[in-house]
Amino acid sequence: MTIFTPLFLIALGIFIWQCGKKLSLIRLGRPENRFDNPALRLREMLLYAFGQKRVVARPFGINHFVIFWAFIVLLAANGAFILEGLIPGFRLANVLPPSLYHPLVFAFDIVSFLALGAIVLSFARRLLFKPPYLDSAYVNARSFEAFLILSFIALLMLASFGLNGVKISLGIEPADFMPVSTVAAALLEKSGSDLETWGAFFWWLHAGVLLAFICFLPMSKHMHILTAIPNCFFQNLGSISTQPREEFAVGNRYGVEKVTDLTWKDLLDSFTCTECGRCQDACPANATGKSLNPRQVVHSLKVNLLANAPALKAGEPPRVPLIGAEGEGTNTEETIWACTTCGACLQACPVMIEHLPKLVGMRRHLVEMESKFPEELLNLFENMEQRSNPWGIAPGERTKWTAQMDVKPFEAGKTEYLLYVGCAGSFDSRSKQVTVNLAAILDAAGVSWGILGKDEKCCGDSLRRLGNEYIFDRMAKENVALFRERGVTKVITMCPHCFTTLRNDYRQYGIELEVIHHSELIKELLATGRLKLNRQVGELGKIIFHDSCYLGRHNDVYDAPRQVVATVTGAAPAEFDRAREGSFCCGAGGGRMWMEELTGIRINLNRVTEALEKRPDTICVACPYCMTMFEDGLKDKQAGQTRVRDIAEVVAEGMRPQA
Amino acid sequence: MLAIACIKQVPDTTQVQIDPVTNTLVREGIPFIVNPYDTHALEESLRLKDRHGFRAVALSMGPPNAEAALRKALSMGADDAILCSDRCFGGADTLATSNVLAAAIARIAEEAGDEVGIVLCGKQTIDGDTAQVGPGIASRLGFRQLTLVDKILTLDMEKRTIRVSRKLEGRHEIVEAPLPVMITVVRELNRPRYPTVPMRLAAVNASVKVWNNEVLKLDVNSVGLKGSPTWVSRIFSPERDKGEIIGYGVNDPEGTAALLIDRLLSKDLLAV
Repeated sequence: MTIFTPLFLIALGIFIWQCGKKLSLIRLGRPENRFDNPALRLREMLLYAFGQKRVVARPFGINHFVIFWAFIVLLAANGAFILEGLIPGFRLANVLPPSLYHPLVFAFDIVSFLALGAIVLSFARRLLFKPPYLDSAYVNARSFEAFLILSFIALLMLASFGLNGVKISLGIEPADFMPVSTVAAALLEKSGSDLETWGAFFWWLHAGVLLAFICFLPMSKHMHILTAIPNCFFQNLGSISTQPREEFAVGNRYGVEKVTDLTWKDLLDSFTCTECGRCQDACPANATGKSLNPRQVVHSLKVNLLANAPALKAGEPPRVPLIGAEGEGTNTEETIWACTTCGACLQACPVMIEHLPKLVGMRRHLVEMESKFPEELLNLFENMEQRSNPWGIAPGERTKWTAQMDVKPFEAGKTEYLLYVGCAGSFDSRSKQVTVNLAAILDAAGVSWGILGKDEKCCGDSLRRLGNEYIFDRMAKENVALFRERGVTKVITMCPHCFTTLRNDYRQYGIELEVIHHSELIKELLATGRLKLNRQVGELGKIIFHDSCYLGRHNDVYDAPRQVVATVTGAAPAEFDRAREGSFCCGAGGGRMWMEELTGIRINLNRVTEALEKRPDTICVACPYCMTMFEDGLKDKQAGQTRVRDIAEVVAEGMRPQA
Repeated sequence: MLAIACIKQVPDTTQVQIDPVTNTLVREGIPFIVNPYDTHALEESLRLKDRHGFRAVALSMGPPNAEAALRKALSMGADDAILCSDRCFGGADTLATSNVLAAAIARIAEEAGDEVGIVLCGKQTIDGDTAQVGPGIASRLGFRQLTLVDKILTLDMEKRTIRVSRKLEGRHEIVEAPLPVMITVVRELNRPRYPTVPMRLAAVNASVKVWNNEVLKLDVNSVGLKGSPTWVSRIFSPERDKGEIIGYGVNDPEGTAALLIDRLLSKDLLAV
C-alpha cells in the first residue's frame, strides 16, 4: 500500500493549495477587528457551531446535527485510517489500551451508522420532499454537487463497514464492539467470496473517496465544513442592525462598489454559505415576489470574487460589476433597494452570516458616490436635510400634539426622562393619538418626563438604513450634541426605529443613553403598581400582537408588550404563526416606508392576510411604521372591522373609568 | 458657451412667520433654502453642461450668507459660483436686482472670454413671487425671453436655436428662439440631482467669488434701495374665514357630493 503515500500527499497538496487560494481571496477584503472579546466569541462558537443551536431550530436540523457530530467523531477514525495507509503495520489498537480502543471503535461504528441514516434522509429530502427554499436561481437542490457530496459520505460509511466487516471475519478486529460491522462481516462471510479481495476493495474505496473528498471540499459549497466554525467565532457581537461609521474626508470613497470594498468577514461569509436557503425562506421581500434573495446576495459575492480574482489581485478594475448588472455575480439596483433590513435572514442563518451590512454598503455606494436611488427618496432626503423629518413638515409643528394637554420641556435635574417623541409621534395624525395616550399614561403613573419640543430632531434611522450615511452622520452629531447640552441620560421612545438608533447607533458617537421603549416602561409601571388600571379591557376583543423587527429581532424585546396586553385584558395575546424571532416584517423598515412597492404583492398585505387568518378583532403593534402598514393593509383588504392599536392605546383603554 | 443659472437664497417659507408689529418676515432662526424653482434652473444648466458642453455658472445676489446657496450649486456640479454682494445692493426690488444680475452676467462673459448662450431662472421665488427678475435680466441684456419652460425640445448648437415647451394655463405652447435666450423654468422641467458626497466635500473647500460694486461698477442710483421704485408698505397674513361643514360625511357621501356641487354651481365656481 505504499502508493497511498504519494496519492495522499497530492490530495493534501491540492487541499492546501485550494484553501490557500480562498484565504488569499478573503484577505483582499478590507480590515475589520473581529478578534475582540475572545472568551465570548469562543462561547458563541461552541453554542452555534458545535452546539448547532440554529441548525436544530428547524425540522431537518437534527439530521445535520447527526452528520456534523459524526464528522467530528469520525475525524479520529479517518486520521487512524490515513496513518494505516502511510505507516505500514500501523494499527490504532496497537497504540491505545483496550479500555480506550474498544469504546472508541464502538462509537465509530454507531456514529457511522447514524450518519448513514442521516445521509439517506438527506437524499430523500432532496429527491422526494424537497422544500421550495432549497432551490435558488443559481443553485439547484438536486444538483450534481449536492448528490456527489452525499454519495461521498455514504460511500465512506459503507466502505468502513465493509472494511471492518472483513477485519472482524479475519479476526483482526474483535466482533463484540462493532455491532453494525459485525452484520457486514456476517453478510461477507455468507457471500463466500475471498475476504482478502473484499478487504483490499473496501480499503481502496475508502481511501479513494476520502482523497477525492479532501480535494473537492475547498472547491465546493461544502467548504462550509472549514469556514462555518470560524465564521461563528467571528460573528458580529454588537447590534446587527447598526452599520459602521464612515469617515468623511476629501479623497475617500464610500460604501461598497466592488467586492473588495467589503471586509474580510463579508468575504468569509460568502465562502461559508452552504445554500441551505433558510434566509431565502425567511425574507419578506423574497416571499412577496421581489428580486431580492438574501442567499443570492451572499452567493453573488463569492461568484464575483472568484470571477474577478485575477484582475483584483493584479490591482486592475473588476470585470464583473458587483452592482447593476444581471447575472450570477452581481446585484441589480432593484434588489439592493428591496431590503427592509428586518433581519429575518440574519436570524435564520445557522452559521451567522451577515447579509444586511452588505446590502447597506451597496446602498451607501449608490447614494453617496453615484447619487442613484429610487426617485421617491429624493424628497425624503431633502426633507430630512432641510427640516429634519421625513415629510418636510415645518419643525415648528412638532409640538402640535401638546395643544390639549400640559406638557413640560425636559430639564436636566428636574425631569427624569426625556420623551423622544419621534417624527411619526409628532407629525403623523394617527401616531399623534398614540403620543397623547402615552403622555396620559406617564402622567397617571407619576413618571417625571419632558420633551425637547421644537428642538427635537429626527433620529435619522431611515437615512442610515438607506445608505445616506453622510446626512445621518450630521444628524447624529447634532442630536448627540443636543442630548449632551441638555443633560439627557434617560430616554423613552415609542418608535422602535428611534429606539434602536438612540440606543445602538448613537453609541458609536460616544453617548450611552438609557433608552427604554414605551412597552417596556409600561410593563414596569404596571408590574410595580405605579400605573393602576381602572378596569379590565374587553371591548378590543381578540388581540393579536405583531413584533416590530427593530423592537424584537434587533433589540430582543419580545415579552414586555405581550405582558402588557395580558395585564390589561386578562389574557395573553394571540400569536401569528410567524412570531417573535421569526416575525414577518410589515414592509416599512430599512427606509422602505418612504418607497413605492411595485413588484410582486405588497409585504404589508402578506402580513395582514396572515393576521386575518387568526380572526383577530384588534391587531396590537408597538411601532408607528407597523401601525401605518397594517392600517393601509386592512383598508386594501376591506377588513375595516379589524382595528389596529398601539400598545399604549390598549393600556389607555384600561385607564378609562369603569362604565 | 455659458449657461448661467440665477439662484436666490430664500427663507424656508413653511417656517416663516410675520412679525405683527413691524410687518416684516421674522428671519431669526429661520433656515434658508435655495428657491425651489431655481434648483430646477440650476439642474438644467448642469444638463446643458453634461449634454452640450456648456460651462455652467451659478449666480446670485444677496447678503454674504447667501454663499450657502452657491455652495449647494457647486456641490451639484456648477463650474463656477458668483455672489454679488454689497451693502449698496441691499433692499433691491426686482428692477434693481435685474440691473445687478445683468451686469454680472455681462462681466462673467467678459472674464471667461466666452459668450452667454442661455440664462436660466426659476419661474418665480417663493418669497417675493413676482416672476419679474428673469424677464428683467432678459430686457437688460437684450436676450429673447422664454418663460415657464417645462421642456427643452431641441437645442441646435449649429443653427444656434432653441425650441421649448411653455407650460401655460390649460395648454402648452411650443416656441423657438435664436440664442442667446433667458428662460424661466417650472418644476416639471427636470428632477434636480442629489449631490454625491465627494462633490459636497469638494464644494466645502471651493471658493465662491464675491463681487461687490467695485467690481461691477454700477451707478449706485440703479441698485439697491435707491434703484428700487417699488417698496413694500405692508405685509400681512390674510385672515382666513372658517368654512362650514355641509352634508353628513361618510353617512351620505352621495348626498354630500350633490350638496357640494349645488353650492359650487350657485356660486358660479363650476362650469357645466
